[in-house]
Amino acid sequence: MNSEESGNYRPLSYFQLMEVSLRELLVEKGVVTDAEVSATLEDMRTRGPETGARVVARAWVDPAFKARLLENGTRACEEFGLDVPALRLVVVENTPQVHNVIVCTLCSCYPRMLLGLPPDWYKSGNYRSRVVREPRVVLAEFGLQVADDVQLRVHDSTADMRYLVLPMRPADTAGWSEAQLAAIVARDCMIGVAVPRAPASPGLGSGLGSE
Amino acid sequence: MPQVTARPQYPTDHPSVPLRFALGERVRVRKSYPLGHIRTPYYIRGHSGVVERLCGNFAVPEELAQMRSGLPAQPLYRVRFLQREVWPDYRGRCDDVVEIEIFQHWLEPVRP
Amino acid sequence: MIERGHHDRGGLPGGKVERSEHDYAEWERHVDALMMLLTGVKGGKKLMTVDELRKNIEAIGPEAYDRMSYYERWITSITQTMIQRGVITTDELGRKMDQIRARLDDPCRK
Repeated sequence: MNSEESGNYRPLSYFQLMEVSLRELLVEKGVVTDAEVSATLEDMRTRGPETGARVVARAWVDPAFKARLLENGTRACEEFGLDVPALRLVVVENTPQVHNVIVCTLCSCYPRMLLGLPPDWYKSGNYRSRVVREPRVVLAEFGLQVADDVQLRVHDSTADMRYLVLPMRPADTAGWSEAQLAAIVARDCMIGVAVPRAPASPGLGSGLGSE
Repeated sequence: MPQVTARPQYPTDHPSVPLRFALGERVRVRKSYPLGHIRTPYYIRGHSGVVERLCGNFAVPEELAQMRSGLPAQPLYRVRFLQREVWPDYRGRCDDVVEIEIFQHWLEPVRP
Repeated sequence: MIERGHHDRGGLPGGKVERSEHDYAEWERHVDALMMLLTGVKGGKKLMTVDELRKNIEAIGPEAYDRMSYYERWITSITQTMIQRGVITTDELGRKMDQIRARLDDPCRK
């Protein structure tokens, strides 16, 4: 139930009660402060796929940046002006010969500091079970057909690395600005379950990556 | 060509065990099933693949999970496996791969 | 089968991936923020590791794991970790939960 409903009455689930209780105890003990909690909430709200999309767009227009991104994703992001604490980024590039898709079969590891919180489906048992074993079938269910002449690489994020798929730049985007390019790079394109598509005219794109 | 060098991509200053495997070397994941917190997925144990990248040296998650230091750190590798060798019923391309980060203590050499 | 963790899902049978997404509730964002502070990602005192978070999620029995939502598993795990680490005790937690429940049941009580 929404905590803003019915004035002060806030029925909480067992787990919501646990969260409030733990947080209050930790504040009482001086382990965390309310200010820190607020600051962290705010910080996470600023992190979303739009940031990853800007990195992709920069890589599309600047071959030297792209090379640095592939060599050391974290250093390139920091050079790009991003704050990505604790991130060790491996950027994997889609080419006409190779398509990449990311999963964490063991839990839900995701480049949060770059892309924000992951979608529910990425954390789901079905995705984690199936995309490593039948990736082409799962991608087809997402609306993405990977051609027979394209090698498919699944990356299972099991340890300290985090992954970003660098999608291919669509052909009919010549002369587009970085902002226009970033607008067609949806989150799912950087996980690898979709690819960017150029709409008829730049600026009218919905940013959707799959049929 | 991928931007992969023979130097670890994200080295740390943890005290570590020596690096044992090289880029391009064929390795096998140990077929071991202990209890505890393990980051080597069940599906890949016993399979062999090729070292695609040296990631760096990291504290061992099995030990960190038990509130211990996880040191000395173990080298971490990205290992590339052929899907058709991992899954008996794999239906994609014969060169489709799965790439997984595996800690050195879970790997053994493959005799040619 | 104890030698395969219930969380270790790669290659197991599964159904169609539900594409549903939800906006994170405030309490879920609070759990996420606590995790970030307690693991010392950005600010906060590093009092636990993400490895302990994962271990304690994996320790949730299979039936409960499947029934619980993602952040329900997280708050359970973080709280267990804080008890294991001695940052809080079970007794403190129980009394605090009782106190808050009582406060919410009687919003006029100070």
